[in-house]
Amino acid sequence: MKPLSDKAIERLRAGADEPDLAGTRYRLLERVARGGMGVVYAAEDEKLERRVALKVLDVPGTDGDLATRLMREARVLARLEHPGIVPVHDVGTLADGRVFYTMKFVEGQRLDTFIEGVESVQDRLRLFLRICEAVAFAHARGVLHRDLKPANIMVGPFGEVLVMDWGLAKILHAEIPIADRAADPEATIFEKTKQSGDASESTKSSAITGHGTVMGTPGYMSPEQARGEVEVLDARSDIFSLGALLRFILTQKTPAGIAPRLDRSLEAICTKATAEQRDSRYAAVLELGQDVSRYLDGLAVGAHRESIFEKAARFYRRYRFFILLILAYLVMRVILLLVLKR
Amino acid sequence: MRDEKSIHGGDRFPQTRWSVIDAARSSDEAERTRAMDTLCVAYWKPVYKYVRLRWNRPADDAQDLTQGFFVQLIERGLLDKFDPAKSRLRTYLRVCVDSFLINEDKAAKRLKRGGNASHVALDFAGAEEELGGATMDPAKIPSPESLEEFFEKEWIRGLFELAVEDLRKHCDANERERTFRLFEEYDLASDETISYDKLAAEYGIAVTDVTNALAWARREFRRGALERLREICGSEEEFQREARAVFGWEAK
Repeated sequence: MKPLSDKAIERLRAGADEPDLAGTRYRLLERVARGGMGVVYAAEDEKLERRVALKVLDVPGTDGDLATRLMREARVLARLEHPGIVPVHDVGTLADGRVFYTMKFVEGQRLDTFIEGVESVQDRLRLFLRICEAVAFAHARGVLHRDLKPANIMVGPFGEVLVMDWGLAKILHAEIPIADRAADPEATIFEKTKQSGDASESTKSSAITGHGTVMGTPGYMSPEQARGEVEVLDARSDIFSLGALLRFILTQKTPAGIAPRLDRSLEAICTKATAEQRDSRYAAVLELGQDVSRYLDGLAVGAHRESIFEKAARFYRRYRFFILLILAYLVMRVILLLVLKR
Repeated sequence: MRDEKSIHGGDRFPQTRWSVIDAARSSDEAERTRAMDTLCVAYWKPVYKYVRLRWNRPADDAQDLTQGFFVQLIERGLLDKFDPAKSRLRTYLRVCVDSFLINEDKAAKRLKRGGNASHVALDFAGAEEELGGATMDPAKIPSPESLEEFFEKEWIRGLFELAVEDLRKHCDANERERTFRLFEEYDLASDETISYDKLAAEYGIAVTDVTNALAWARREFRRGALERLREICGSEEEFQREARAVFGWEAK
């Protein structure tokens, strides 16, 4: 047989990469993205005549770690029915042995691209609040995302925000059925830790050696997650990621090429959310969201103790219209009095 | 000596069986021989090329050393020390080749004692042809930093060649010779101008038939390559890791 050229090897690789959709209701359209576990393709659901996103593993087999994680991700998504979380439609194994699931095909832009077109800080904060709502919902259902970052947030054509890629999600408590928690080797250990409060130092060190797997994205991953302390992770780990995300959202350049300047309150919110010590962070996503909402409403935020001047400045900003109206009224009264005196 | 067919054909390790490493450590002589044949088929060519380039040995010496290496692998039970949790099999084998070459004189004596225990027909002439002839082109000698990469590339080339050969046999056996020819012309040849339309016109078939035939061939190729790979991996984790490396999934 003639030896294979380098080009032939590349062609073989490219050809072998395509999922075999024979026997399924889907028709392959195009490759959309590649993630840590596999590839996402656009496909057509021929029965329902709609476009879906098909996430498929690279490697065949249903008993490997990746296959278990992909199946688990699909099941977790299926239980997180929220407008801010991409809905899953179907799950299965292809003829070539690869595990797949299909989900809503999200048309839109990734947050890191979209944010460049958002001019005002207020609009950016409202966008962030929608991310918080989805994450808070997941936390309420006992699921941590563990990989929140701009690349995993999509913004649709109507401004809808979707939190994507739940492949690293961690199941926290009994909201999720036992079978799926069993698929997460960390679940039982985590629950034990949660019930007894924060983990002791000894638990932490055994976490690193026994179960510590560092998964996540540097810069967005909490320090405890980066240290591989998987047993002690809780909502505050996602809050760290949200804080990093908020800072990203607020500091990205506007269409005019200017990066907005963070005022002290917003800086304080970001700093509190991304505190090195998790006890110093917000205790819940709702709390973080409330602080951002208070800022939007011109109220004092919990993360920052204001000086008298800052209070006055905020008071002025919040009631600027009425203050100016009253001032205008007073000026008019003075002018009127002066005119009448003459 | 076992013929080529038995090595490439049905005498393969079942998918559920982990692994060729366990088989090589088995007390059953037949199991061990079969395992070594499987390893030899997958690795002899990268080992040979590595010896030629890394150790700059003439073709004759490199042939003896390659055969000697696989003999040692059996005689000295080198695979007993391999731990899939610590390294990849191919990295381990490359390190073993280096150690073997360092102790080359002793190995040569052992080779004379043990003789050629491989049941695999090693096409050294073909490997030489791939290296670009009997005289070495200095430009082709990889730098020490890229030797691991070179070994991996040659190993992948060898694996794909085996999978293509498997596919050809599978097509012959299932009267799908035309499918293989289409696959050969589109995926294996270096003709940049080839297209589905051209192939359809050449074979007098519809473009959709070309599409379907190529999809089938690629699927079978992939299956075959992964099956071959599974045979020579020490664990499920290693298989997953190697599959990602072989198909370039890590790089994308």
